[in-house]
Amino acid sequence: MGKYLLRRLLQLVVVSFVISVLAFLLVHLLPGDPTTTILGPNDTAANRAILMKQLGLDLPLWQQYLTWLGAIFQGNFGNSYLNHQSVTHILATGAPVDFELILISQTIAFSVAVPLALVTSRKPNRPLDNVSTTSTFGLLALPPFVVAPILVAVFAVGLGWFPATGYTPFTQSPATNIHQMILPSVAITAGSIAVYYRLLRSDLISTLQQDFITMARSKGLSSRRIMWRHAFRPSSFSLLAAAGINIGALIAGTFVVELLFAMPGIGYALVQAVEQRDYLVVQGIALVVAIAYVIIQFIIDFIFTIVDPRVVRE
Amino acid sequence: MARRTKKTLEFKDVGTGSGPLLVVDDLHTAFRTGRGTVRAVDGVSFEVEEGKTLGIVGESGSGKTVLSRSIMGLLPPRDVVRSGTVHFGGHELTAMDESQLREVWGAELSMIFQDPMTALNPVKRIGVQIAESLALHMGMDKKESRSTAVELLRSVGIPSPEERVRWYPFQLSGGMRQRVMIAIALACAPRLVLADEPTTGLDVTVQAQILDLLADLQRERHMAVILVTHDLGVVATRADDIIVMYAGKIVERAPTRTLFNDTKMPYTRALMDSIPRLSDPSGARLDAIAGRPPDLVNPPTGCRFAPRCQYAQDKCRQSEPPLRTVGSPDHLFACWYPLVDGVSTAPAVAVTVGPTNNPTAGSPSAAAPSTGENDG
Repeated sequence: MGKYLLRRLLQLVVVSFVISVLAFLLVHLLPGDPTTTILGPNDTAANRAILMKQLGLDLPLWQQYLTWLGAIFQGNFGNSYLNHQSVTHILATGAPVDFELILISQTIAFSVAVPLALVTSRKPNRPLDNVSTTSTFGLLALPPFVVAPILVAVFAVGLGWFPATGYTPFTQSPATNIHQMILPSVAITAGSIAVYYRLLRSDLISTLQQDFITMARSKGLSSRRIMWRHAFRPSSFSLLAAAGINIGALIAGTFVVELLFAMPGIGYALVQAVEQRDYLVVQGIALVVAIAYVIIQFIIDFIFTIVDPRVVRE
Repeated sequence: MARRTKKTLEFKDVGTGSGPLLVVDDLHTAFRTGRGTVRAVDGVSFEVEEGKTLGIVGESGSGKTVLSRSIMGLLPPRDVVRSGTVHFGGHELTAMDESQLREVWGAELSMIFQDPMTALNPVKRIGVQIAESLALHMGMDKKESRSTAVELLRSVGIPSPEERVRWYPFQLSGGMRQRVMIAIALACAPRLVLADEPTTGLDVTVQAQILDLLADLQRERHMAVILVTHDLGVVATRADDIIVMYAGKIVERAPTRTLFNDTKMPYTRALMDSIPRLSDPSGARLDAIAGRPPDLVNPPTGCRFAPRCQYAQDKCRQSEPPLRTVGSPDHLFACWYPLVDGVSTAPAVAVTVGPTNNPTAGSPSAAAPSTGENDG
């Protein structure tokens, strides 16, 4: 297993390197340049040239890349051209928001989807199964920007149980933080529940047809034990793969919810930076997000080695 | 291995010579499907004595696998209709609900499955798969069930069991997996083991080893075994009695020696003839049974084998022969014109030979040389 993970880790390093090159080049491929952003569109060419030199943008690309990467290794992602905030600071304040949103929404998604699938897959096409399958199909069709306003209207404006907007860091006040986090997390959890439930349900139904389930029954094991100990694990492979992709997509993919609930996450920061051609911010966030994605895939691979012992050898 | 008190029913006091261990009486099992009701087992009765071996033989689709599942009560929860009774150790299994059956399953009555590649959980260590029955039925704790699992692996001939107990099924060969399956089935020292095609998925060289192992363990533990197979050769030397099934019914039942020496039913004869023999001259044509077993949604009237039987007469096609005896009371067969010394008693045999009058027959070369491939 160690060997397998080591190989995976090596792949991770290579992929991260490729990502860093792409993140760097991506921004240089965009039309326009930062001097326009900083000086405005009407300044002279001479002034632009001076600024280019100051920012190091006149150097060959590979030199710019190495300078950028070298600074990143020292924890310095550079500063925003516009408000001179350090990118590190933007990441440090934004990342916890995304992390929390993902953690809470995924915890809810799994704790709803898994038990529901375990119950309904035992008796497919019975009333309970039909209701859950249909309603999750509905959830799948509801994107966060539809769910979020409804949640706000009902639970914030109507019932007044939760605040409609706002963010307080966890370190400052855990209770307020959690209270504010619930609505936005639920808003992005709907789609995850639907995907996880449907995948696990259909995999469980096919697993329950397997010989080894009949074998487990013939030992006299209880249905509950068969579901949890024999059927769940071999049915969770596609769930796990989907969770990896889904969680990856949620990193910086939650900007709609961040926008609607006024939360300073990195998704929102990224969209803003792209709009304003704030190159270093875009580069820094893109790099961090992509690497976080790769790390999540690595974690999923690691969980796979535990869930399915066959992957290590094959 | 010490036999411990099981946490199961009142089975302890049963089986002290009072009647047969298993009594199956007029068992029917049918499946409701979109095409109609498939009567997979259609009125089967037999008995198994303690410690004996019964062979159930038939080709694919004869209902033998459904029969073994139906005896256990291990059927899908829906769209199954079962009638008739099964008594096991004096208890009526057919009257028990699933929670009562669970106390019998694995403890007193267990099953060895056909395909060791699919019948073991691929993501659980084999030791765990053995130990969980021990914990459930014998009330063993973790340590005890683990060490018993090692002993069981040793007793089924798995080398270095201390190490293998931590292996996963995919790390073992087919023969090893079937040994593990036997270890699981025998873990709680059941009184009766239903072995459903236990060697079909294995190499020929391994088949005999597994069957010998099963026979040894059976003797040691004084278990009864029902050996379900499509291969008469498998049961020929190992079963005390043999039941031949065709289209959901018993067509012949006799002690093994009698069945082979005094075959009454042309179907049984045909099964025997379809076994290739080394003594046959090279290039000799194998006598395969032409055609396929009938559709169990609409079985033919009369004898169900008549459409494929080379001796079939009008009477065979019109009325169904009962299961009856002639002379010896323990030799039952269902045929209007039973064979005597291998020769049919039907009139005008010579005229009706061959598949020409056979509506469901395919070409003889299309039929399998043995009686069929793995059926589920």
